[in-house]
This record gives sequence, C-alpha cells and structure tokens, in this order.
Amino acid sequence: MEGLTKRYSREVLNIKHLAFQRGNIYGIMGPSGAGKSTLLRILNLLEPPDSGVIYFDGRPLSDNGRERLIQQRRMTLVAQKPVLFQTSVFENAAFGLKARGYCKRDFRGKIELLLEQVGLRDLSRQHSATLSSGEAQRVALARAVAFEPDLLLLDEPTANLDPSNVEMIEQLILKLNRDRGITVVMVTHNIFQARRIAGQVVFLNEGRIVEMGETERVFTDPADPRTRAFVEGRMIY
Amino acid sequence: MLEGFMEALRLITSFDPYLMQIVFLSLRVSGGAILISTVLGVPLGAYLGMKPERKTRFVSKIIYTLMGLPPVVGGLIVFLILSRRGPLGVLGLLFSPAAMIIAQVFLSLPIVIGLTLLGIRSRGGDVAMAARTLGAGPLLTVWTVIKEARLSIFGAVVTGFGRVVAEVGAVMLVGGNIEGHTRVMTTAIVLETNKGNFGFAIGLGLILLTIFFVINSLLYTLQRGGEGHF
Ligand SMILES: Nc1ncnc2c1ncn2[C@@H]1O[C@H](COP(=O)(O)OP(=O)(O)OP(=O)(O)O)[C@@H](O)[C@H]1O
Ligand SMILES: [Mg+2]
Repeated sequence: MEGLTKRYSREVLNIKHLAFQRGNIYGIMGPSGAGKSTLLRILNLLEPPDSGVIYFDGRPLSDNGRERLIQQRRMTLVAQKPVLFQTSVFENAAFGLKARGYCKRDFRGKIELLLEQVGLRDLSRQHSATLSSGEAQRVALARAVAFEPDLLLLDEPTANLDPSNVEMIEQLILKLNRDRGITVVMVTHNIFQARRIAGQVVFLNEGRIVEMGETERVFTDPADPRTRAFVEGRMIY
Repeated sequence: MLEGFMEALRLITSFDPYLMQIVFLSLRVSGGAILISTVLGVPLGAYLGMKPERKTRFVSKIIYTLMGLPPVVGGLIVFLILSRRGPLGVLGLLFSPAAMIIAQVFLSLPIVIGLTLLGIRSRGGDVAMAARTLGAGPLLTVWTVIKEARLSIFGAVVTGFGRVVAEVGAVMLVGGNIEGHTRVMTTAIVLETNKGNFGFAIGLGLILLTIFFVINSLLYTLQRGGEGHF
C-alpha cells in the first residue's frame, strides 16, 4: 500500500508505504488506539481509505465491483470481537464456502476435518450462542480459513484465552503458513507471541509506522526510542 | 351478563355464519395488510438499520411518530386520499375491503419498518462485516443480516398484526361497517353493543382475546428464546 490515510473525526492512519511479502507471518503491534484494527479493515476492503492506493499481487485494487469481490474473497479478517452467526458451529464454518457457491456434499468432510483440528469436532451441531469465548474464537478462525484464503488478517486472535487455546490457535496458524504458504498479518499485544510466530513485526503508533523489521532484530535492538520503551516496558512484566 | 356470555359461546360453537363471515373478513383484511407491510417494511427497515445512525436520524423520528399514529387519524388521511375528490378518488375504493387494507397498511407499515430497523441496528453492522470478511457479495450480506435479525423481524410482524386487527377507527372510517362487505370484528362489536346485542359482541370479543393470547404467547416465547435456538 502507498500513501494511505484514514480519517474518522481525526486522522487515525497515515502510512507512507507498507508491503507484505507472500508467505510470511507479520505481527502488528502498538498501543491501544494506534489504528491497528482500522488498518486490517482497510486491508480487507471493508472500508475505503480516504487516500492512497492498495496493491494486491502487485496490481492496484479494481474499481469494478465484481473483480473487487474476487480479490476480497482471497483474503479474510478475523475480527477482534468475532461475530458468529446464530446457527450451528458447522453452519458457521461453512459460510464462506457456501458464499462461493460450493455445495454441502462437497465440503462436509473438509469442514469436519478442520473442526477437528481446532478441537471442536464434538461441537459441530452446537448452537453458536452457547459456546464459551475460547470455543467461539476457534470457530471464528476455522470459519475464516475454511475457504483457503491467501491472506489471513487476524485481530488479536488469542486475547482473553487460556494457554491451551492460545497454543491450539498458534499451532493452526503456523501449520497453515507452513503447509499452504498462507500470508498472515496478525495484531497482537503479546511480545512473546510475536516472537513465537511472527517473522516480521510492524510497530504502529498514532497511525504511523514507527518501526518495521525482523522480529528478533526489533526486539533485541529497536531503532526507535518509542519501540524501545514499549519493548522494555513489556519485558519487565 | 351471564346470559350474553352463554349466547356468545353458543354462537362460537355453532359456527354462526354471520359471526364467521366477520371473523374471516377481519383476518383477511388485517392479514393482507400485514403481508404488504412485511414485503415492503422488512427490506426498508433492514436498509435503514444498516445505515449509520446519524444518517437516518430524521427518517427514524418520522417512522417512530407514525408508529404511534392514532388509527382514526390514519383512517382520516386514507379516507381523504380515497374519497371521490381525493387524489385516488377515481379508483372508487372507498368503503371496500381494499380501502381497509390500505388504511391498515398505513398503520402497520411504520411498526414493521421501525421494529425491524431497531432489531437490525443492534447487530446488523457487525453481522454485515462478518459476512463480507467471509466473501459474501452484497445480496448475501443483506440476506444474512435479515436472517440474523429474524426474531426481531418476526416480532415486528406479529406486533403489527396485533395493532391492526384490534383497531376500530380506521376501518370504520374507510370501510363504513357495511354488513357482509366491510364489517370486521371491531366495528361489529361497536355496532352490536349499541344495538344491545351483547351475546354477539361478547362472542367477537372472546375471539379477539384468543387471537391476542396467541400473539402474546408468540412474542413471549420469542423474547425468552431469543438467546438460544430458533
Ligand atoms: N468507526 C469509527 N469511527 C470513529 N472513530 C473510529 C472508528 N473506528 C476507530 N476509530 C478510532 O480510530 C482510532 C484507532 O482505532 P483502532 O480500533 O484501529 O485502534 P487499535 O490500534 O486497534 O486499538 P486496540 O489495540 O485498542 O484494539 C481510535 O482512536 C478509535 O477511536
Ligand atoms: Mg483493535
């Protein structure tokens, strides 16, 4: 993306240049209100930026509605507070495939396998309203990867989860990246998590990129004083 | 009093033709009105509910006002429009079941729009966003939002039906309470009570009460079950 800005009542994003390479895992970090969620929504084409161009596969996004939908369908976003549809776990997980015109006969096995991977096999028929928050988060992730997107945008996918849920979700993300070469952009507040799975991190502060680079380098030798403060502040606790 | 009650039960259990004819006309008129209101009101309410609140503030206020419109006033407006000198006078609809349906649409449409709008506003934006992240096009997105608000929408329709089936003012004005043609339950109750024909009035009252019991049971179940399965 180039020269991207976004205003609500004030400017919340101002990014001169930001590029994500295919097949990598990126961690987006920064204080609350820095614009991380807004950035993900713009990347997923849910909201237009006020200025700037987004390139996808090296080409600018299409103005044509149909083509844009095709581009949008190659990526997905798991929101900070995922909204599940009021139906069964299975139907939630199947939504994306149905939206793409696949029929149930063809994807039943695939969804069941996926639910098994996130430990939800036995909950397939359960209504989404009765799930615990950890289960709901895993359904949201399963639902997002069911249709094999190329780009997976995750907004704090493991906030408020217990360690076993965190582990399960991180394993799935790593596996998808390893096996399918899926590109992951993940917002996280957890430095340890970023170190565990992200190859690159981007630090965002007040809508601007403060620092970007390889995870280990940024954490051991931050170039920007704000990043340094953030990293060191977190390391103490 | 007790006599009237016995007479009412006799009329109901013997399926008195005059009584049945009135009940069916009532259900046809109010049913037709609510059908039209649903077809028009649900998409409109969904559309408004998905727009940001501040952009629809004015329209919402108008709809909420119309939701509380006294039936006689609604009837008066439709009467003026349909009367011989009114803009739609040429259609000659006044004092026909069609006129009553139009008047009742006038009363129930705002309720269906307003309650659908409220039901969708609470969650619609989030649901639409979720659907779009999963690759839904515009049509599927709207459909998903409506489906997710099905409980509120069903409640809106049932509430609207309850309002029109119980109102007297509008149907009286535009229908004229003509026997065998535009006489419905509420207008018949007024007439038969005036004539001292209490058995008949009580019989209709009981039927109306039963209809309301069913409606409220539905709403009660909806509100209780709203969190769980449907
Ligand atoms: N729809 C909106 N309308 C107005 N302001 C908004 C809107 N969405 C976000 N903002 C504002 O934009 C800023 C950035 O929000 P954003 O949600 O992107 O932050 P964040 O980095 O994800 O924070 P957190 O870590 O708390 O999730 C915040 O100040 C927020 O209040
Ligand atoms: Mg956020």
